This record gives sequence, C-alpha cells and structure tokens, in this order.
Amino acid sequence: MSMTRTGGKIVRGLSKVEGPLVVVEGIGTAGFDEIVEVTDPSGQKRLGKVLEAAEDFAVLEIFSGTSGLSLQDTQVMFLGEPLHIPVSTEMLGRVFNSLGQPIDGYPAPLADKFNDINGQVINPVSRLYPEEYLATGVSAIDALNTLVIGQKLPIFTGAGLPHDRLAAQIVRQASIGQPVGEDGGADIGNFSIIFAAMGVKHDVATFFQEEFTRSGAFGRVAMFLNLADDPAIERLLTPRAALTLAEYLAFERGQHVLVVMLDLTNYCEALRQISNKRGEVPARKGFPGYMYSDLASLYERTGKIRNTPGSVTQIPILTMPNDDITHPVPDVSGYITEGQIVLSRGLYQQDVYPPISVLPSLSRLMKDGIGKDKTRGDHPNLASQLYAAYAHVQDVRSLASVIGEDELTEIDQKYLAFGRAFEKRFLNQDYNENRSIETTLNLGWELVSILPRNELIRLSKEQLDQYYRPAA
Amino acid sequence: MTDAIGVVSRVNGPVVHARGSMQVRMGELVGVGEDHLVGEVIGLNNDIMTIQVYEETSGLTPGSPVFGTGAPLSVELAPGLLGGIFDGIQRPLTVIEAKFGEFINRGIQLPSLDREKKWHFVPSAAVGDSLEGGATLGSVQETILVNTKTMLPPDVKGRLAWLAPEGDYTIEETIARLDDAGQQREVSMLQRWPVRFPRPIKERLEKNTPLITGQRILDSFFPIVKGGTAAIPGGFGTGKTITQHQIAKWADADIVVYIGCGERGNEITEVLQEFPKLIDPRNGRPLIERTVIIANTSNMQVAARDASIYTGITMAEYFRDMGFAVAIMADSTSRWAEAMREISGRLGEMPAQEGYPAYLSSRLAEFYERAGRTRNLNDTEGSVTVIGAVSPPGGDFSEPVTQLTKQYTRVFWALDKSLAAARHFPSINWLTSYSEYIDSVSNWWRSHTNQDWRSIRARAMELLTEEDHLNQIVRLVGPDALPDEQRLVLETAHLLTTGFLQQNALDPVDTYAFPEKQIAMLKLILRFHERAEAIVKHGAVITDVQKLPVIHDLLRMKADVPNDNLALLDKIGQDLEEQMDKLEARYK
Repeated sequence: MSMTRTGGKIVRGLSKVEGPLVVVEGIGTAGFDEIVEVTDPSGQKRLGKVLEAAEDFAVLEIFSGTSGLSLQDTQVMFLGEPLHIPVSTEMLGRVFNSLGQPIDGYPAPLADKFNDINGQVINPVSRLYPEEYLATGVSAIDALNTLVIGQKLPIFTGAGLPHDRLAAQIVRQASIGQPVGEDGGADIGNFSIIFAAMGVKHDVATFFQEEFTRSGAFGRVAMFLNLADDPAIERLLTPRAALTLAEYLAFERGQHVLVVMLDLTNYCEALRQISNKRGEVPARKGFPGYMYSDLASLYERTGKIRNTPGSVTQIPILTMPNDDITHPVPDVSGYITEGQIVLSRGLYQQDVYPPISVLPSLSRLMKDGIGKDKTRGDHPNLASQLYAAYAHVQDVRSLASVIGEDELTEIDQKYLAFGRAFEKRFLNQDYNENRSIETTLNLGWELVSILPRNELIRLSKEQLDQYYRPAA
Repeated sequence: MTDAIGVVSRVNGPVVHARGSMQVRMGELVGVGEDHLVGEVIGLNNDIMTIQVYEETSGLTPGSPVFGTGAPLSVELAPGLLGGIFDGIQRPLTVIEAKFGEFINRGIQLPSLDREKKWHFVPSAAVGDSLEGGATLGSVQETILVNTKTMLPPDVKGRLAWLAPEGDYTIEETIARLDDAGQQREVSMLQRWPVRFPRPIKERLEKNTPLITGQRILDSFFPIVKGGTAAIPGGFGTGKTITQHQIAKWADADIVVYIGCGERGNEITEVLQEFPKLIDPRNGRPLIERTVIIANTSNMQVAARDASIYTGITMAEYFRDMGFAVAIMADSTSRWAEAMREISGRLGEMPAQEGYPAYLSSRLAEFYERAGRTRNLNDTEGSVTVIGAVSPPGGDFSEPVTQLTKQYTRVFWALDKSLAAARHFPSINWLTSYSEYIDSVSNWWRSHTNQDWRSIRARAMELLTEEDHLNQIVRLVGPDALPDEQRLVLETAHLLTTGFLQQNALDPVDTYAFPEKQIAMLKLILRFHERAEAIVKHGAVITDVQKLPVIHDLLRMKADVPNDNLALLDKIGQDLEEQMDKLEARYK
C-alpha cells in the first residue's frame, strides 16, 4: 500500500518548526488541506497536511510529530490531494494505525479503492430517518434510552467507570430489534464493528481485542488504534480513518456498521494542542471555537441513506473530566449527538452494573424506534412512567435524608421501595446477561406495580388493565 | 460569472484572500477557483479582498482565479419556494439529490427555483394604472393551501402598460410591462433581493394578536404576538428542537420558514418526513404546503450558517409583503454566532467576550429587528414572527449569546435541565420565563374566549409562585409540617404543572390544545382550588381532598378530552362540584 500515489511538488528546507507545526516557504501553489510527505534528514518519511496555504508560505501540521526534523535537510513533497485511505471488506478482522496501515504484522489487505478520509456531506434530503431499534440486551438502554440503527449515541463516563465493559457488552449483544412475540433478534451476523481508539491505554486496547476474540466477533471487527503513547496529532486522523471504512461498508457494501470510538476527550485535547500552537483565540477552557464544527464532522457521519440497506451507528465514548457534564467536550458533543448515556459514580459505588444514570441520559431517536410493531405498544408510556417515578424517588430520598424514612407518607415509602428495586433489579444486570425486550418490559411492569395504581398517570387505562399486577 | 477579477493569495479554511480589482464591492458575491465556489466579499484593503467562502475550500490553491458577479448575495423569490428545502445559500437540495446523488459535492451551480415549471397566473392589476414598488400584479395558487401574490419588486414602479392574461407561465417569462417615465421595464414573477438588506415597508404596526401555538405553557402563560420575537435558550437535551418543531407544526401562521442552522441532519430529515404527513388542524392540509425549509446541518460549511439565517429572514419578508403572517424558526442561533466567531478568529479580529466578535450584538439586533407587523408597500398587512433557539454552553444562561439575545427579544422561554431530567416537557421553567406581550394579547383572549384570561393567568401564576416558596420549606421539614391550606396549594400546583403545563408532543390529543380548551382547563383547576380551599377552611383534612376521584380526571383531561369535544370538560366540572358538595356536607 502506498500513500504516495501522486507525486507532487517538492520543497527542500523548512523555515520554522514549532510543536507539530511546520512552515515552509517558496511553494506558491500548495492546496488547502492537501497531504504532504515529509522526509527527515535520516530518510524517514512522515505525513502531514496543509493548514493554511498562501502565495509565499504554507503552514503544515505533521501527524506523527516534528521531532527529528531539521530546517535545512528536510524535504517536503506536496501530494496534491487530501488524505485517502484504502478501503475494502478484507479490512475486517484486522488492526490498523490512524493512517489505515496494518499494525498486526500481516500484509496490507487488498484495497478495493481509496477514499478521502474527510468523507462527504450527506444531503439531508437523502437521509432516511432512523426508526429501527437496535437491541443491546441492556435494560437501561433498551427500555429507557433505546438505541436506534443509524443513531449517534455517546456514553458519557468518568475515569474508572466500567464504560469499556459496557461498550464490549453492547458490541457482543447488539442485534437488529424485533417486536415482542416475533422470532429473530439474535441475528448477530448482521453487524460489522469498527473500533477507533484515540489515546487509549495499551491495557484497554488489549481488553477489547480479547473480548472481540472471546465472543467470536473478531472476524467482523476492524480496529484503528492510536494508543496513549502514539503521537497525539495522529488522533485527529483515527476517527476519520475509521469512519471512512464504516461509510464504505455501509453505503457501498450495504452493511450495518457499529462504530465504537474511544476516547473523544483525548481527541479534543489534540485539537486544542494544534489550536494553541497556531495562536488561535480559544472559546472555553482553551478549546478552539470550531470544536463544534470539527466534532460535527465526525458525529454527523452516521445514519442511513436512500438506495442502500446499510447504516452507520456510532457509540462514541468520552470521559468527562472531573465527572463534569458541562465541560466543553461532553457539552459540545451533547449538542450534536442524538442523546447520551451517562454513567454514574454513585451507582457504581453501590455495585450497580451497568451504572447508567437514567435521569440525565436520553435517546432522542427512541420515540420513533419503539412502540407498537417496533417493540411493544405499552413501551413509550411505560418508559415515561418509569422515568417520572424514578425522578420522584430522588425528591423522596432528599426528603427522607432530612426527616427520616419513617416520617414519610405511605406512598412515598412505596416510592423508596420502587427506587431500590429499580436500581438493584432493573438497572443492575450481569455482564453476560442478554435480556430480551420482553423480559425488560415485563420487569418494568413488575416495578411500577409496586406503586399504587392511581399514581400511574402516564399509563393508559387499557395498559394498566393488561399489565398492572400489584403484589397481593 | 465570467470575468476573473482577482487571484487567490491565501487560503485559511473558509477565509480566502485574493489580490485583484479595486472595483469589487463589499458584499459582492464571487466565484472562487475554477470550481466557482460561492463566496462573499467581507473585507477590502487596497488590492487585497477578503472572501468568506460558503463551500469547502479543501484543495484550493493560491493563484486560482476569483470571478465577480457584480451583485450582492441574494435570494430568488418567486413561486416554488413553498414545500421546498434549500441549503444556506438557497441551493435546492432535492434537485441536488436528483442530479448528484446522496452526497453534496462542491461547486454545484443550480438555479434555486425551477425554471421550467409553469405556474397558473391570475392577473388582478388594471392596465393603465400607475403602480408603486411592491404593488400586486396578480396571484398564483402555489399550493392548495396558499395563494401567493405576484408583486412588483420594491424598486420598480411605473404605469402598467401590459399585463399577461390568465395562463401558465414560468417564473422567468415576462408577465408585465411598465412605463416608468418613458423607460420600459419588463417584469417576471422572479425577483431577487440582497439578503443582508431588509425589504422595505410603509410602516410598522401595533402587535396585539397572539401567535397561537397550541402549546399551553406558551399560549396561556408566556404568549408571543404575531410580529414578535422570542428566544428559547436551553442546554442540550432540554427540548429546544422539539419545541421549535411543535411551533412549526401547530402555530396559526400562514407561512412557516424553518432554518436548521448548524444542527443535526436527522432532525431535518424528520421534518421532511413528518410535515408532508401532518395535517394542519385548522384547514386539513399537509403542513409542508405552507413551509419552507433551510437546512445547513452542522457538518456543512460553517460560513453558510451565516447565510442561512439571512436567506430565511429574507424569504419570510417576501411572504410578509403578500400580507401573510409568517413565523420563522431559527435552530440554533448559537451556531450562527459560533460561525461568526470562527470567521472573526480567522480574520484575526480582536475578540470581545468568550472569543465572539464585538459586532455579535449588532448582528443579532439587526436580525431580530427584521421581525414585526407591518403595513406593506402594497397596503397589505403582514407579520414576521421570529423565534430563535439559543444553545448556551453548559446550559449557562449568563453566556454572551443568551444575554445579547435577551436584549433584542421580548419573550423568553427558559428551558430547564432538571425539568427535562424528570421528563417534564416542554421543560420551560414557569418561574424564569417571561413574555412582554401579556397586556397586548389580553383583549384578544377576551374577545375570542369571553374569559378574563388576564386574571385567570395571574391567579395560576400566583399559585405556582407560592408553590415554589412552600417547596423550599418542604425540602427542610417535609410536607406534613405545613398547614392543610398550604398543602392544598401544593396539590393545586401539582394539577397545574402536571395536568396543564406538561404537554406530550407525541400524544395525538395532547400535542395541540385550542385556546378554548386551555382556558377551560385552567378554570377547572382554579375552581378545584377555590372549592377545596373553602372546605379545608371548614376543617376538612387535606387527605380527604387528595382522595377525590376528580383529581385523576383533572390530571388526565389534557389527553382524554379532544379539542372537538370540550363538553367532556363540562362533565368533569359537574363531577367536581358534586364531589366537593358531598365533602362539604360532611364538614358543615
């Protein structure tokens, strides 16, 4: 595989090197965003791209860093086009670096074609609205924050929380959702999985690799790895390379593709580093003002389009620094993605797995993916009732902490019992437990049946008649 | 676009510098590079022009030509807008799909409106009359729902020498000839207008008719008038977009212009998929027939967000000039402000707050001031209502865009994260939101519902405010410590918040409430309070009141009573009186 498919203009010598940025003079016609190949004095090659092109100079960003470059003996070749990576179905089952080069010791897979890693903007008119749910077998997601095929639903997590396990469980259990009462569902061969790691620890990458192997999924997984000790700037390419393959598989090969990206916070820090070196005016916490547009150029590469059966579904994972959801990275992400799954340290400390904090979690596309003919007719109202009741539990708990549980009204005591059952029986499930949507919904009814019937105003009379079963 | 007027000297993302002609004008539309990427001149310094480019500049090299057009960035205004979907610079996205497939390429040059399609023109002006700019020539039934006027461009006037007979014409065919002091002018249905300039009017009029949205918390508590301005600020997940969609669907505007500015692609798709199917409750026609959609999603070129706002408001003014009540939704104005920040940063301008340029304030002011109810050049009366969503970082309303928007809008619908987390939608906080139009719309309510809306609203707000105060005590000592009269306030406030303010956009009945239903519901809840208060004063315990079966009906009436069968509310009213009578009898 060669990156240098089109030879281009060559310049010898640099005029300035600062961090990952390089300025070269005297090229005349460098194209904005085009790729450069830099050869250092010892003959080593590395890639970069043009950040700014002027008549008399160009600013370059060098992906693998600038150490070892010299002003005099370094050569820069302009390749005349944005970065392209090879794509093919044979890339599944393999491990790559951020440039799409194999790093698993095997020869490069045969490229079907080379695609621009920046992708292309999907015409909104050509999108198909996602409304087919993806069963994850995790109650807190399937019932309350249903993931829909073609959705981008991130996991907002904190350092030390079990997001890796949750992501691995979702990948292992994911199947195309079926309405209750219909067969199928376990059709796991439908999905290809693209895994993009940005600035991730070796242990974590190994964990995923082993999990994929253990569950027999590795043959349909392509991994793009930029580990914690790899050059930070290359992180800006990792998700783009991964999504380029995902789009190829989905839109040119008709596959359903699930993309897991981890950790977007590391990505944004690389973005900040470049912005800082360029002396740009920062927006919040030093992050550049264009971080929204930049993240959108990743997250929006999701969805379904007409004329192809394939889809791209994204589960980006990002660590909230200091568990702060208003930090710019989760904040900007939340504005672009279609909801978020928020993990809670409090629940994790109570040994609840997965520790999904349902109140700040949300799936925007859920409403069209559930209900009659999708999951079950009572699902939307049941989810709404579970939410409302659990929200009330929080009020009751704070009241109980002041006046004591014994002083609570009879109804509020029942809410407390509901709250405990909700966390211990509904949220909590085994890492290997794959709950069907029916099991999950029935469990939900068991829980609301703890409460008096006239408290359940979000459920219709017919639904209550059919499913409400208070303990005698 | 044939003459090269300059040569690109520097490319920095969407900002391009070019060296060339000194005749190029500020604001001129230019084509950049061999692909003719659409750009606008935003700065001139000797022979260097600064161009904001509305398409991806990847691959553009210094030395590429720049082509002039001699005209400012403009939109095409003619039949064909309604039901259409355009990008920020008014390129027709449906045509782009048909010609170029599912992905948007660069350098696509297509007319915004169909040049082949024939529209049935019905003349109405009289030949020989002397016409001023903006005068009505005739009309076209553009969709079954909307009959649009064909008007003279605002800057054309003269004696009408010839008017086309009734018949089918394309938008470029001449339909009228005027004699302006000896100068012949030919006019077609198509006119162009530079987006950065408001279309002229005769005068601004008083605003006192509410824009009815069918959303109870908006209409009954924080109303907006036709021609007014509103801001919807809210952190992510608080329901800005759903609120905007609900207004776009149900507002009693004649025309809706929906601008998706820097937001999600799937949201636009949802609108496109839903609006042709949704039926307007007032006239039985699909909502898409009165809607224009501008889609500039977050992954499209950033500078075009700026254009999308101006494109949308100019279209709104064009429909206003025909005498329509137009509502324009911009989701989200924060993305527009961020686009300004990004361009400003690349220009090396000195930032004001949080990196935003100092002119952010005046840009927002200019935009919101294009709202209003007006007497138009042709003496029709129209209005443009502007509703802007704001996306404050971290949900913090003290940030510059929210604060500046507050300065130039008169209704503030504050979305609240804790309400959203409890799935109370619309999550509009009733204590921090406000409307400056309460006085203006009181008469409308009186004449349309025969009810003293003003004092009913005031009483409900009073109870909600008291609840907030009482809740602070409850949080410390629990509800049992309160006297029963105050616990009744909590009970009634619960009916107001859950039974009235909370509204389910997905429920077929609850999604939209007629004003008559809204006020009847409010009256029932207040009546409940009035009766119960008297009984509690007589010594009834609050738990007796809480056990009344009518409470469940009051909580469910929003979804159980359809707009076309309000008699069911009377039935609930009767039950209420009977149950209260019975309870009262026990304590007399």
